[in-house]
Amino acid sequence: MICASEIALKIASRVKGTVTFTHQHGCTQIGQDLERTFDTLVRIACNPNVAATLAISLGCESVDTERFIKQIERTRKPVVMLGIQEEHGSRRTVEKGIAIARKMVENTARMKRKQCDLSELVVGLECGASDAASGIAANPALGVASEMIIREGGTAILSETTELIGAEHLVAKRSATPHVKKRIYEIVGRMQKKIETMGVDFIGGQPTPGNLRGGITTIEEKSLGCIHKAGNAQIQEVLEYGEKPRKKGLIIMDTPGHDVESITGMIAGGAQLIAFTTGLGTPVGSAIAPVLKITGNPRTYRTMKEDMDINAGTIIEGKETIECVGTKIYDEIIRVASGKRTKAEKHGHHEFAINRIGPSL
Amino acid sequence: MQKRAKPRERSQGTFIVINAKDNVAIALNDIERGTPLRLQRSCHAVNIVVKQRVPFGHKFATERIGKGQVIRKYGETIGKATKPIRIGDWIHTHNLKSIRGRAPH
Repeated sequence: MICASEIALKIASRVKGTVTFTHQHGCTQIGQDLERTFDTLVRIACNPNVAATLAISLGCESVDTERFIKQIERTRKPVVMLGIQEEHGSRRTVEKGIAIARKMVENTARMKRKQCDLSELVVGLECGASDAASGIAANPALGVASEMIIREGGTAILSETTELIGAEHLVAKRSATPHVKKRIYEIVGRMQKKIETMGVDFIGGQPTPGNLRGGITTIEEKSLGCIHKAGNAQIQEVLEYGEKPRKKGLIIMDTPGHDVESITGMIAGGAQLIAFTTGLGTPVGSAIAPVLKITGNPRTYRTMKEDMDINAGTIIEGKETIECVGTKIYDEIIRVASGKRTKAEKHGHHEFAINRIGPSL
Repeated sequence: MQKRAKPRERSQGTFIVINAKDNVAIALNDIERGTPLRLQRSCHAVNIVVKQRVPFGHKFATERIGKGQVIRKYGETIGKATKPIRIGDWIHTHNLKSIRGRAPH
């Protein structure tokens, strides 16, 4: 909850092996908007990457803290909630929180690593700070990797509904069932209506000023480049924001083009890893899942090498094929899923944002 | 799925035409104004002189495009020309507008 952010940060900074994130929500929210915050936070705690959860509440927020704990307990993972008012203030909550978190880390350290099948892997596909190179190089290469994961029985989530606008007919053609096709048009129509209520052209918001600088002129152009991340597999299911996939294979989740909100939604849905393509470069990471950066722009790979994991700029330079870079991405995804740290992890980037439906009251 | 055309090099201009249906090419380096380029189509070649500077990743016309005509990249519609476009013209927000991303009238 927002009022507990600083206390959560203080606890995490003093207990090695823990991570936290801050957010603006959990209070003065109602209806679906409150449910979305609640569900996202619960599902984040249920993500397979999380071993145990220490939740900090203020004690008077809109989120039902008892129901919150009960839902996480269903995973049989340890969860404790500390209320700041109940613990008599900041200092005592931090002290008690540190003790609980240390115990959780100790217990987790005793757990043994177990080999998992690739069919258990859920990879979230994301693109951000895109330029024209994303659509030509990085996204088609990630598409090759996505198809390889799906062939092994794994799952890939294509997100960012805004970036289906103008390309939905191509994606809808690959629907596994008529219902999936209907759902694709439904979420795109819903997103378009939402944008239209603002009464102005999308441009500037989508494409962003950075996209425009990078040579992407229209939302259609951006979308047509974006969908290459998913390769050519059939779409099995369309999910709401933060929902857990019921099917395996290629899935679409209704998230906005806002990178951090989109990533947060996919991680809430159970993605253990995010494969993120970029043109102009972005440092974005997550406290919960490793974020693997792939750039299709050779210049960005040189200038932002410390933030980029894979150089797909070699495709534009004519040094490597799309298939070759795609295989490299696939191999790196396996390595990261097996514990290798990404650049964003090494930097400690922990961006987090829940997509809102309603206003703060 | 996109087909990668072989980039052709003439002086300082490398570019790609993603799909045979496209009426634009994408610059793979910053192409200076006046750079002559040669685009190999399936049965003929087109000589193009780039009319304005085209930065990396940006588009230029490979065909004449009339005002209101559709502009195609990836073999698909990316918007409409807002003014007549000559072969070799840089294409961006000054002469291309989205069809989908517009405010309601």
